[in-house]
Amino acid sequence: MNGHQKSWPIILVITILSAPLVLAYAYLFVDTITNSPPGSVVPHEFTLEHWSFLWQTRPGRLSIWRVTLNSLLFATTSAALVVVVSSMAGYVLSRLNVPGRSFFLAGVMLLHAFPAITLIVAIFIVLQMVGLYNSLIGVILVKAAIDMPLGIWLMKGFYDTVPWEIEMAGIQDGASRFTVWRKLVLPQVRPGIFALALFAFLLAWGEFILPQVLAPSGNAQVLSVYLASLIADDNNFDMALFKSVGLFYIAPVLVLFFVFQNYLMNIYGGGTKG
Amino acid sequence: MRILLDKFSKAFGAVSVIEDMTLEIGDGEMLALLGPSGCGKSTTLFAICGIHKVSGGRILFGDRDVTSLPPQERNVGVVFQSYALYPHMTVRENIAFPLRIAGKSSVEVARQVDEMAQLVHIEPLLDRRPAELSGGQQQRVALARALVRRPHVLLLDEPLANLDAKLRLEMRSEIRRIQLETGITAVLVTHDQVEAMSMCDRIAIMDAGRIVQIATPTEMYNDPHTAFVAGFLGNPPIAFLRGVVSGDAIVVPQSDVRLPKPNGARNLAEGTRVSVGIRPENFGPAGDVPVRGRISFVETQGRENLYDLMLADGSVLRSIQPVRSDIAVGDEVEWSVASDRIFMFDDKGERI
Ligand SMILES: Nc1ncnc2c1ncn2[C@@H]1O[C@H](COP(=O)(O)OP(=O)(O)OP(=O)(O)O)[C@@H](O)[C@H]1O
Ligand SMILES: [Mg+2]
Repeated sequence: MNGHQKSWPIILVITILSAPLVLAYAYLFVDTITNSPPGSVVPHEFTLEHWSFLWQTRPGRLSIWRVTLNSLLFATTSAALVVVVSSMAGYVLSRLNVPGRSFFLAGVMLLHAFPAITLIVAIFIVLQMVGLYNSLIGVILVKAAIDMPLGIWLMKGFYDTVPWEIEMAGIQDGASRFTVWRKLVLPQVRPGIFALALFAFLLAWGEFILPQVLAPSGNAQVLSVYLASLIADDNNFDMALFKSVGLFYIAPVLVLFFVFQNYLMNIYGGGTKG
Repeated sequence: MRILLDKFSKAFGAVSVIEDMTLEIGDGEMLALLGPSGCGKSTTLFAICGIHKVSGGRILFGDRDVTSLPPQERNVGVVFQSYALYPHMTVRENIAFPLRIAGKSSVEVARQVDEMAQLVHIEPLLDRRPAELSGGQQQRVALARALVRRPHVLLLDEPLANLDAKLRLEMRSEIRRIQLETGITAVLVTHDQVEAMSMCDRIAIMDAGRIVQIATPTEMYNDPHTAFVAGFLGNPPIAFLRGVVSGDAIVVPQSDVRLPKPNGARNLAEGTRVSVGIRPENFGPAGDVPVRGRISFVETQGRENLYDLMLADGSVLRSIQPVRSDIAVGDEVEWSVASDRIFMFDDKGERI
């Protein structure tokens, strides 16, 4: 009760501050399903023509569904890679007494802090040499590699909270180290795995620079690149189409975020289980 | 099964924690490893179960040398201080885990889990998760899980440390009952002397990585080999007086206390410094050697009172007596020591 009374001024301020944003988004949405007379901002007719990209493919472009599939593939595969590698590497760094452990820890930290974008020219050349330029596999590998340090570090944090005795008990019960990891430890860090998967998915879904540079054209185009190509197209620039595709692009993110926001919070909570 | 630690040593890097320890635990015996924090009790336990590799010596289960065997193959049941139950599994799954790992058929698993649940009295709890159990119930589950594989030896690392006083009392007798019923060889690590005395057949007192004395609880209490052992057993603890050999008596300087020389001290030279241990129950109104002093502290324990008596030289003797209301802090009293029940130690702490 008391809390509500104290917090209402804050809520008011936040509402006022965010009102322009909310209005802008609302207007963006309205704009994609209406037409306005030239020179006016008030719509006068309802139309679905701006969404026609969903069922009509323009000449010279990929079908939107193909691009969406690419984006999905890109995001899920790189997220899966990040999760699989991080969940193992994080465990090793957290628990096993591997030689050079502190070196690896410092290395992971450094890689995480390193602005990967400065490597893009080198990556570009490497991909061209191995023949993965302009292919989905190439960007997936690069994106996963760039997100991995964060993932490893996060998973190490989650593993650190699992009591050491649980593992020792498992070993005493006769289980191998691998079984202990899979059957006893992994279930304890499930919230972490889930959060990381979601996080990596959203990161890849929103990634623009890497696909733009490493897979700009051809069949590997993803949504962000497709969207950018719409503005780059000077000949028939269509603002309403751009808005509609943009909305189409962020819709899954919003849905995921609203459904799973608790899991995403988990990642910042450092893995203390709720 | 008989367990033998033969000249067992353990070092962590350059730090040597245990050197040349030899310890034999008889078949079906329950042994307590008792000692102050950091003396190497857990280290010894973890060496037996294989979590720590030994740095020297051998470990034998029966006649089998298990020194280089990995923990999985030693068949040792361990109950950890925090119980270490698997939080994502039900009680049933927890107890079944070792059997499943061993590849038992599900009929067999179900049968043995039920049997164990019956032994430790947790049948109604089998479908709960560990988070839904009380401390004592978790303890029982941990015991069941440790015992379900019929291990050669059961190791308990401070199993009662996380329980409240009443539950501790209950689990003390429960653990002992289960140990006796299964006839398993068991090692209990504790730093609580009451636990060690009440639960175990024998006690091994450890200090700084060595076993100082190993004996049954009664022997240990009545015949401590060192001042350390005497100080460790007994609650309230024994009190020590510093004395000097003078003629055929031990006198405490700056006071009028004169204790007769015990037999072992016959040939001590005049002026030798000794330390005299007097248990609280051997000091009070009845006795043969009078001691004068001032009451410095009274602690009521319900049935009994504990009195601290400060002597003229500033040392303190403890006395435990049935509750009486005629004595208060600051009173001068003259009580007596039962001189046939005192222990005498030399300046290195060895019993004379
Ligand atoms: N992994 C390790 N690395 C280095 N030293 C260790 C390690 N484990 C234990 N020690 C040292 O070994 C000594 C004995 O430790 P141990 O855990 O056996 O003590 P303990 O008797 O069980 O004490 P407590 O009653 O506090 O549990 C301690 O001085 C401790 O610092
Ligand atoms: Mg310990």
